[in-house]
Amino acid sequence: MSEILHMEFMRHALAAGLLVSLVCGVIGTLVVVNRIVFLAGGIAHAAYGGIGLAIFLGWPFLAGTLGVALAAAAAMAAVTLRARHRADAVVGVIWAVGMAAGIVLIDLTPGYRSDLMSYLFGSILAVPASELGEMAVIAALVVGVVAWFYPHFLAMSYDPEFARIRRVPVAALYSLMLALIAASVVIVIRVVGLILVIALLTIPPFIAESFSGSLKGMMARATALSALFTVVGLFVSYGLDLTSGATIILVAAAGFGAALLWRRLHPARAGGAG
Amino acid sequence: MERNRNRPEPVIDIRGVWFSYNGQSVLEGVNLVVPRGDFLVLIGPNGGGKTTLLKLILGLLAPRRGEIAVLGTSPPRAAHRVGYVPQNVHVNKSFPICVHDVVRMGRLGAGGGRMRPGARREEEAAVRRAMEEMGVWELRRRRVGQLSGGQLQRAFIARALVSRPEILLLDEAMASIDAQGRAEFYDLLAELNRSVTIVAVTHDTMMLSPRVKSVACVNRRLHHHAGGEITPELLEAAYRCPVDLVAHGVPHRVFEVHREG
Repeated sequence: MSEILHMEFMRHALAAGLLVSLVCGVIGTLVVVNRIVFLAGGIAHAAYGGIGLAIFLGWPFLAGTLGVALAAAAAMAAVTLRARHRADAVVGVIWAVGMAAGIVLIDLTPGYRSDLMSYLFGSILAVPASELGEMAVIAALVVGVVAWFYPHFLAMSYDPEFARIRRVPVAALYSLMLALIAASVVIVIRVVGLILVIALLTIPPFIAESFSGSLKGMMARATALSALFTVVGLFVSYGLDLTSGATIILVAAAGFGAALLWRRLHPARAGGAG
Repeated sequence: MERNRNRPEPVIDIRGVWFSYNGQSVLEGVNLVVPRGDFLVLIGPNGGGKTTLLKLILGLLAPRRGEIAVLGTSPPRAAHRVGYVPQNVHVNKSFPICVHDVVRMGRLGAGGGRMRPGARREEEAAVRRAMEEMGVWELRRRRVGQLSGGQLQRAFIARALVSRPEILLLDEAMASIDAQGRAEFYDLLAELNRSVTIVAVTHDTMMLSPRVKSVACVNRRLHHHAGGEITPELLEAAYRCPVDLVAHGVPHRVFEVHREG
């Protein structure tokens, strides 16, 4: 195992995996308790339009993808806050249009084909050092904002009506949460790809939820689980020469199955302190 | 606006309020004046507009027509001085949160979020006081999903009380408390009523108790006489009121009921 760590790309891959785990633990928890998995999926797929745009215009990956993901998040925030009953249909439209625009933009780019798959399934083994720095900045920003507004995010997620009475700016906070999801999705796509973003964003928090007594505890447990799945998945994919993103998700799915089994055998222990 | 100096200053002053959801009229020309220290119960059939009225008082909804003053200002500005216990305490029961953190939520906006260390201690003391008052301090480490309906109700009242509100609004608060707990619950509300004005909503007339100082009926319209004579006929009529409303769809009738002691 130690010789694996001597390889630079593997060290980068591990660092990227841990950064993504932190983001998935914190943001994934908010996504799961606010029941907006579908919305997060919509933002992720719209981000694919951003990838296409970045490639077509020759922009850096991060600039194009983050810009389009944030724009999609803003549109979804506006729709959800103004016409909640129409929100899921609109999210579905943004989801599909983003994806289609991404594919067409890549079609229109002369001589470009090769990286399509890497964005669909991730390319954790090809994260350059420069991008690692950008990922670290985004991760720190996302986690910092959630920590700063933690009591308000907690109140909004648990009881938005009461939060409003206590003068928590719920609409602004909701929009901020979608923007944080957009930023997170962009760096998670790098590791497990567009198709699997939602799995990594939801499986670890979903397992953590029943074992946690607080939102903070759920975020910490989800982060630890996510890190475990990512690292184990990475080594398994290296050892068996498999696609790393897909392997990480299968490891997470195995963990999910194990948690369900454990809960069935120890029903009374769920929901402890912390 | 002129006020009689001999009467207590109203904490809630609703004048000519109309409200509708999607063109469906919910409240029509509602007037209601609640003096400081009142213990008012709003009765009326389901769908009669009781919860809507509470949400208007809280500033969660805005009236289509008419004026509402709460504690001398607009409802959204007064909302943080009003304690609110919502109807459904069972939402989000699987949410990973302990009872203590639910109650602490009631301090948000009173310097919640980032704060200096002294304020933090103050907040903790206020949370403890409210939880002990409601008898839920021993349950503070439990997850909300592990509490019974009655325990959860008490925790939600503690959350409403933790910011020392001037008005306490309860929406169907008795719904999740069993019959034998109700008398005790009314004693508790009467105790709280020494320092806070209470407005409680219920669709069940069996909920009325001698602890209650006045009763109003809401079925799209409302009429409420503050003060006035107390007669057995009025008392009896007050209990029958919602039945009449359901039977005939005749709105408003208002009664001042017996004040104990």
